[in-house]
Parts: sequence; structure tokens; C-alpha cells
Amino acid sequence: MRHLITPLDLTVEETNDLLVLAEDISKDRFRYSSVAAGKKLATCFYEPSTRTRLSFEAAMLNLGGSVLGFSSADSSSAAKGESVADTIRVISCYADICAMRHPKEGAPLVAAMHSGIPVINAGDGGHNHPTQTLTDLLTIKALKGHLDGLTIGLCGDLKFGRTVHSLIHAMVRYPNVRFVLISPWELRIPGYIRKDVLDANHIEYKEVDVLEEVMPELDILYMTRVQRERFFNEEDYIRLKDSFILDAKKMRYAREDMLVLHPLPRVNEIATEVDADPRAAYFRQAQYGVYVRMALIIRLLGLEVPTC
Amino acid sequence: MLNIGGLHQGVVIDHIPAGGAMRIYEYLNLEDLDASVAIIKNASSKKMGKKDIIKIEGPITIDLDTLGVLYPNITINIIEEDEIVEKRGLRLPERVTNIIRCKNPRCITSIEQELPHIFRLADPTTGAYRCIYCDQRFRMK
Repeated sequence: MRHLITPLDLTVEETNDLLVLAEDISKDRFRYSSVAAGKKLATCFYEPSTRTRLSFEAAMLNLGGSVLGFSSADSSSAAKGESVADTIRVISCYADICAMRHPKEGAPLVAAMHSGIPVINAGDGGHNHPTQTLTDLLTIKALKGHLDGLTIGLCGDLKFGRTVHSLIHAMVRYPNVRFVLISPWELRIPGYIRKDVLDANHIEYKEVDVLEEVMPELDILYMTRVQRERFFNEEDYIRLKDSFILDAKKMRYAREDMLVLHPLPRVNEIATEVDADPRAAYFRQAQYGVYVRMALIIRLLGLEVPTC
Repeated sequence: MLNIGGLHQGVVIDHIPAGGAMRIYEYLNLEDLDASVAIIKNASSKKMGKKDIIKIEGPITIDLDTLGVLYPNITINIIEEDEIVEKRGLRLPERVTNIIRCKNPRCITSIEQELPHIFRLADPTTGAYRCIYCDQRFRMK
């Protein structure tokens, strides 16, 4: 039985297989509409996350399966003090697969260690969010046609942004990938990512604090939110926040085929005027999130894929 | 200097940093051992200034190799017939349970008291371990 706890639980081959399946689903999802008939997905969300939970539920419903679960710790037995291990043992009796979000890091791993059904980590605190990474990979693969040979700009909060860290981990496994890290000095990528991931894999990268000047180089611009609470003082926040807001003016510097991605929710880091730009891919990214979760459920449950 | 008699058969755990003997005593559950155990604290050492030593008499079946996680520079001498028959080098185990405690307040172990604290060896060259749940790094200073 397989689980998905970190983005690197899947080999490159398994990831590619998943992306190929997800792309096929994106072309004709109705062909897959009864693949999971009779199967149940439990969404165990110990903290609210409407987007991720609904994406999982939509994925299972698209496959003809059904869903059950809870959407906050208050409405689960955790409020009575039940351990994650006990909860998953019980859930294993009710469902065929489980997507778990938990505010504490490592909770889905604990679940996987005691589970009778596959467990998918739907986000554990600021630690891992592997289906977001798969969503990002699928979006790039589907819209660019390949994952290798790309220059990827990562912009915003690179210090605390788990999606950024996971994406770097996943992308360094593909050849000739280059990173441009765009952030205020205070929110630079952590040293261990630079040393253990980028340097260890001999990945070319540069760190800058001005977005416009690197725009022409980028194949992908991955935006994240610069949060006010990350700064030591208000003055720094006000001084820096506009440098990391993407607007139509900055988009003029970008290539015709550059893609803008964002894990969402967006607050103000991408001006709404960018939404109409064909290079804005963040809402399509949410759609790909459903497809990749469909593919993941199929593979983890070992379901038969319909032939053309 | 305090004199403790030599061993006929047993183990001498030497070069423990001063003050560390009780930690090893507790880790190895030596209180449950039906054998003579001598703890020497703050012994003079040319190399370390002060050090602790533990002497355990009798045949030992305890796995001493994992002590390297606690103190990588300690030495273990196996004594038989009043002679040192083996000086054992320590290895860093791939995985250790309930030796190191995760101090990350965001880790699931911070709210679920029953969970074992498990660390995996992340970098053998530096002796760094990481919590299997949250990846928090630990390295003995």
C-alpha cells in the first residue's frame, strides 16, 4: 500500500506517469467518470482549507466515487483528545482512501504509519503539501510541454513559503533547470535549501530583489504572497511590498510565452488587471489540481484506467 | 585521585564529557542491570580536562553502539580476563527512537505525548539527524 506524504515519495518515473495520466484526464475527464465507483474518499481536515478540500472532493466525485469527512478539528473526535493514530484506524474502516490536512507537521505521516488505507498529505502545517507540488508540475508540463530546460522565477516570500521549497525539491530532478530567486533580503530562500538542494545538485540560480530586471529571462514566474507579519517593522514592509506585486506594467517585460503561476489564495501580490493576460495561468492551475488529484487517487487505489 | 578497582570482565565507557554519565546511565537503563556499575564523575583527563567514566562488571548484552548519537567521541573498552580485548569504535545508527526529543513546537510530537520521538541519520559526515515527522534538524554539540 502506498501513501503520499512528501513530494519526493514518488520517483521521477512515478511522477511522470502520474502527470501523463492527469494530462489524459484533462483531455477527456468524462471517460474517467466511473473509475472509482463504489469507492469512498475521507477528507480529514483538522484545519479549514476550503480550496484543497473541495479540490479533493471534486476529484473523487469526478471519478464516480463518494466522499465523507470533517473540515475542522472542532467537528472531529480530535476535540475529545483522540490521537491521529486512533482516528485513522477508525477511518480505515469507513473509507478506501484518506486525504488529511493537519496544522501539526508530521501528522499525516503518523496516520500513514497506522492506516489500513492509503493516506495523502493534504498539507501539514508549513511542512509539506505534495499535491500542490504535483499541481504545479502538471500545470508546467501541460502548458509548456516539458519540465526540463526551464528558467523558473520564484517571487515573494521564499523563506517561509513551503510551496516554493517543495517545487524546488521537485524541479531539481529534471535536467537543465535554472532558478531566479526574487525576494526581499529578509525573505530569502533558507540556507539549507541553497546548500542541500541547489548547491548539492549543481543547480544554477541567482538571487535578486528586483522583479522587472529578470522578467525577460523567465519561462515560469511563480508568485507567492509577501505577508506583513513576516517583517520586523512596518516601514520595511511598506518599502518592499510593491516591489513584489505583479501588475500589467511589469508583465510588459515578460516573454510572450512566460507563464504566471500562484498557489492561491492571492491577496494583492498579483493585480487583478493581470488576470486577463493569457500568460496568467493560476486559475487553470487550480483546474489542473483537480486532474492531478484524480490521477493520484487512481494510482493509489490501483484502479483500472479505461482504454480509449 | 579516587581509585576504583579494575574489571575482570565487563565494559568501560570512557571519555564521556563531564556530566554526561547519568544520561548514558538512564539511556542504557543501567538501574535495571543486575551487575556492579561504577560511575566516575569529573575524573581528570589530559585530553578533556574533566571526563566521566562508567564501568560495568560482568557479561554485557546491551547494544552500546548507539551511544554515538549521544556522545560521538566516547570510547568503549571490552574487558575479559583483566585485559582490554576490544576497543570499539562507535557508529551512528540510521534511526534512533526516544534518544533525541524533537523540540519543534509545530511537530505532531508536541501535542501527542504517546508518539515515539524518532530521528533518522540525515548526514553521516556531520552526524546530523532529522525528526522523521517534521524534519527538524538535530546535531549533538
